[in-house]
Amino acid sequence: MNDIWAGIEAAFWLIVTLDGDLIDITLRSLQVSVTALVIASCIALPLGTWLAIRRFRYRRATIATLNALMGLPPVVVGLIVYLLLSRSGPFGVLGLLFTPTAMIIAQVIIITPLIASITHQAMRELWAEYHDLLISLNTTKRQRVATLIWDGRRTLLTASLAGFGRAIGEVGAIMIVGGNIDNATRVLTTAIALETGKGDFALALGLGFVLIALALAVNFAIHALSRTEQEGRW
Amino acid sequence: MVTQPTTLSLKNAVVRRRGKQILGPIDLNFPAKGFSIVLGPNGAGKTTLLKILHGVERLSEGSLTLSAPDKEVRQKQAYVFQTPIMLRRSVRQNLAYPLELIGTPKPVIAEKVTDWAHRIGLQDAMDRPAPRLSGGEKQKLALARALIREPNVLFLDEPCASLDGKSTREIEALLLNAHSAGTRIIMTTHDLGQGRRLASDVVFLLNGKVHDSGPAVEFFSGPRTSAAKAFLNGDIVE
Repeated sequence: MNDIWAGIEAAFWLIVTLDGDLIDITLRSLQVSVTALVIASCIALPLGTWLAIRRFRYRRATIATLNALMGLPPVVVGLIVYLLLSRSGPFGVLGLLFTPTAMIIAQVIIITPLIASITHQAMRELWAEYHDLLISLNTTKRQRVATLIWDGRRTLLTASLAGFGRAIGEVGAIMIVGGNIDNATRVLTTAIALETGKGDFALALGLGFVLIALALAVNFAIHALSRTEQEGRW
Repeated sequence: MVTQPTTLSLKNAVVRRRGKQILGPIDLNFPAKGFSIVLGPNGAGKTTLLKILHGVERLSEGSLTLSAPDKEVRQKQAYVFQTPIMLRRSVRQNLAYPLELIGTPKPVIAEKVTDWAHRIGLQDAMDRPAPRLSGGEKQKLALARALIREPNVLFLDEPCASLDGKSTREIEALLLNAHSAGTRIIMTTHDLGQGRRLASDVVFLLNGKVHDSGPAVEFFSGPRTSAAKAFLNGDIVE
């Protein structure tokens, strides 16, 4: 119990004094996770929608694979990305290992199936509702996808937020491909792991509370900006 | 208002679903002008016939011949469903949607949307979410959204089912206006009174087959088959 109080106190002082390291780590966490989220959303939202409306031979197998990929172990993703980006790997010449870019790549791989799968479920229901109307209006496939994404944007926002939640809280993969280098690739989750290892539970908990507050703040901000809870708005 | 008229012809048309024949074989011609009412009991194949004519459902056998290239004709057709499908958008955006799909300039869209909102009496509800309208309002909006592109052919699948008298009258007025402006209308209904009020010609379907068809006056005054006679008398026909 003392550790928890000490953690709350540490978090309070870190925030009140605008601790330089905390701000640096927090901004890097946001930069990596938001960039990964934007890239993953650009891939996953159209992909999930396309899967909802398109009939093709291996559709069921594709959807089953996508759902299975939601449970990808981050450590394994980190290991594979590490091998691909290491000097002896196929992309070693790019020199991306132990950089924020490598962390973003790993996070994109982890959260894309999650966002695509939730998108597919939501769009399948909307497509069932709109199917006859959009067919009767002679819409093109591109127009159908655009209409579904626009009209289902609030559900898609939830899918993206789920992706953000997974990305911001991820530690295994980014520890492997980022290396937890001070002032370079250290983010909130890897810093928490480091401080726990060092036995500084108060600081680790303090960083943990900051991480929770950050995740909540981003969710509230997005809901406020998109006005999801306002009556009478579409 | 309406450009090239369209004729539709079905020859030996058959529709099967999961091995069961639900329509046909039927031969039907729909000339470029007119107000056709497709009558028949539940399960007669009315909706299937309408979907076949509109091209949203495929024939298992036979052919549908259109008087112009398929793509051109489809762009000038519209369909109103028995249960109106509302986009999760405002009334204004629902009306604008079909015009946006074909790249209509924004000022033209704004003008037409305002005009149609007045015609259906929803001018004060332009920014209300369409799915929250009443049943009658939804159906009027669905009809206006279908007519806003000035179609050559308008298909309606029992548009007044479960509507009250006032809403039915308003929808019939909109349909008669569209018809007099040159839109060819093909509509299914259970309602014999509505058939008498609107039809220029009638197709009577029973168990997926055409049991009678011809000018409305002749059909209602002297049906040619016993099934059609029974249906007009209000008997249960199977």
